Amino acid sequence: MPPNDTRSLWDALDGATNAAEQRLWAADACIALQELNTGSSLDIKVSELRGLSVLIAASDQLAAALALIQIDGIARRLILCPPDLDAAHLPHVMAIAEVDAVVSDRSAADFSAARAARFVPCSRTVITAAGGRGKQEATEWILFTSGTSSAPKMVCHTLSSLAGAIQVDDRLSGAVVWSTFYDIRRYGGLQIFMRALLRGGSLVLSSAEEATKDFLVRAGSHSVTHISGTPSHWRRALMSGAAQQISPEYVRLSGEIADQAILDNLRAVYPRATIAHAFASTEAGVGFEVEDGRAGLPASYFAAASGGVEMKVEGSSLRIRSPRTARNYLGTQSTPLIDSDGYVDTGDILELRDGRYYFIGRRGGIINVGGLKVHPEEVEAVINRHPRVQMSLVRSRKNPVTGAVVVAEVVLKPKAALTTGSDNAALQRQILEACQRALAAHKVPAAIRIVPSLEVMPSGKVARPDA
Amino acid sequence: MSGGVRSTIVSQFEQVAREQKRKLAPLSDDLVLIDSGLDSLCFAIIVARLEDTLGFDPFSVTENVNFPVTLGDFIKFYEDAAK
Repeated sequence: MPPNDTRSLWDALDGATNAAEQRLWAADACIALQELNTGSSLDIKVSELRGLSVLIAASDQLAAALALIQIDGIARRLILCPPDLDAAHLPHVMAIAEVDAVVSDRSAADFSAARAARFVPCSRTVITAAGGRGKQEATEWILFTSGTSSAPKMVCHTLSSLAGAIQVDDRLSGAVVWSTFYDIRRYGGLQIFMRALLRGGSLVLSSAEEATKDFLVRAGSHSVTHISGTPSHWRRALMSGAAQQISPEYVRLSGEIADQAILDNLRAVYPRATIAHAFASTEAGVGFEVEDGRAGLPASYFAAASGGVEMKVEGSSLRIRSPRTARNYLGTQSTPLIDSDGYVDTGDILELRDGRYYFIGRRGGIINVGGLKVHPEEVEAVINRHPRVQMSLVRSRKNPVTGAVVVAEVVLKPKAALTTGSDNAALQRQILEACQRALAAHKVPAAIRIVPSLEVMPSGKVARPDA
Repeated sequence: MSGGVRSTIVSQFEQVAREQKRKLAPLSDDLVLIDSGLDSLCFAIIVARLEDTLGFDPFSVTENVNFPVTLGDFIKFYEDAAK
């Protein structure tokens, strides 16, 4: 059963029987959740924050985690500032979210733009002191969309909508250690943070400053059992040469399309793990999970609503209505997040083939080749099936004849890295031929380039120039 | 240099025709491109490939350019841009 908003994260920990063994691991520090549990007041002067709109803007993820646990149920509104938020957007964010107080481990001077707001320092230290938490507030949780260029949208959730996919009654026994390649201030990472708090277990936090290889070694040293990331995160893990450092029971992919190649590669590296790919977005919440090892989802998922999640395909895009969706975007100028029937349009385009729906791309990412549509992701899925390909990016190139053509950049698997130009040419030809066999002519890349790497954004998604 | 541009273009025409399973008309300077057996997607691919091999795209330099009519025009267009 999902939690309701009469309980806070704090209450969940307070009631936990195995909190004694629960730990939050950062790269260079560890907090035992029991330290939080035994005291009734904390590092942060929570009483100062009662009923306020509070921006959590810590640079350190562990400090942010502690702040969230302490302030949920106290503040009127919690705004989870992602670590890479452009400082230029801060005044806009402060105004739209009506921020009364900034909680941060940084200097107050960093927030001088927010003159009206109170500054409350936070840190990794937990100070136990006397004093109760008082009456419970129904705290609004504000997350940022992982959009690229313009000001990010702020999305309104509650603890119950965020934790709607988490079976809180089913506390995990045994040594469960969660981890995620995501920052916990993004939807995908927050899901894992909340699973650790609400279902039990420790959590190994990743860090943007830490090399993938070092993170995997550290995760392995804590015996991580459940771990999540985007397909791009996982491809990077496979390329790091350190994927074998962990032996998880449960591997989860979300945030991007999980194609068959990445599912098969993970299956080969983690033969005993459950490999699940989930559909989730900041706006639509967790839609569903697929655990059969195949890309896409069975059409039967649309017939039966599971966990109160109803799904339909309209205008080729996935629509979701559920208690897990966000309620609205913050700000009066914003467009409605939910349509008149209560559905969120995800903008993710589905195609039905042999009783199974496959994600073929985003509505906004379509390339128009002489009037014919191409979703970059469907071409990438074909390229990624080549045994020497690690990942690829398909994009549009301006063309005087057809307006645009499709071009591809390809990253090879580490051991397949090439030294000779002729070998490269042969590989390009093989990839081209594979595309010609599988795709309509206008979808076949006009040019294929082998590149050493592709840019992955802080959100864990491959950087798409058109996104 | 100009010979290099010409041979690069000719081999791209032949290559793309093979890939797209098109019957290419005998290549001569007065061949009208729309009679060459290639469709517009083929020409789009040829322009994209030439940009990668030659390192420039003459169509991107001038905004309002008329697409060359004959193969000779097409080659001259690239040769002029290469100068």
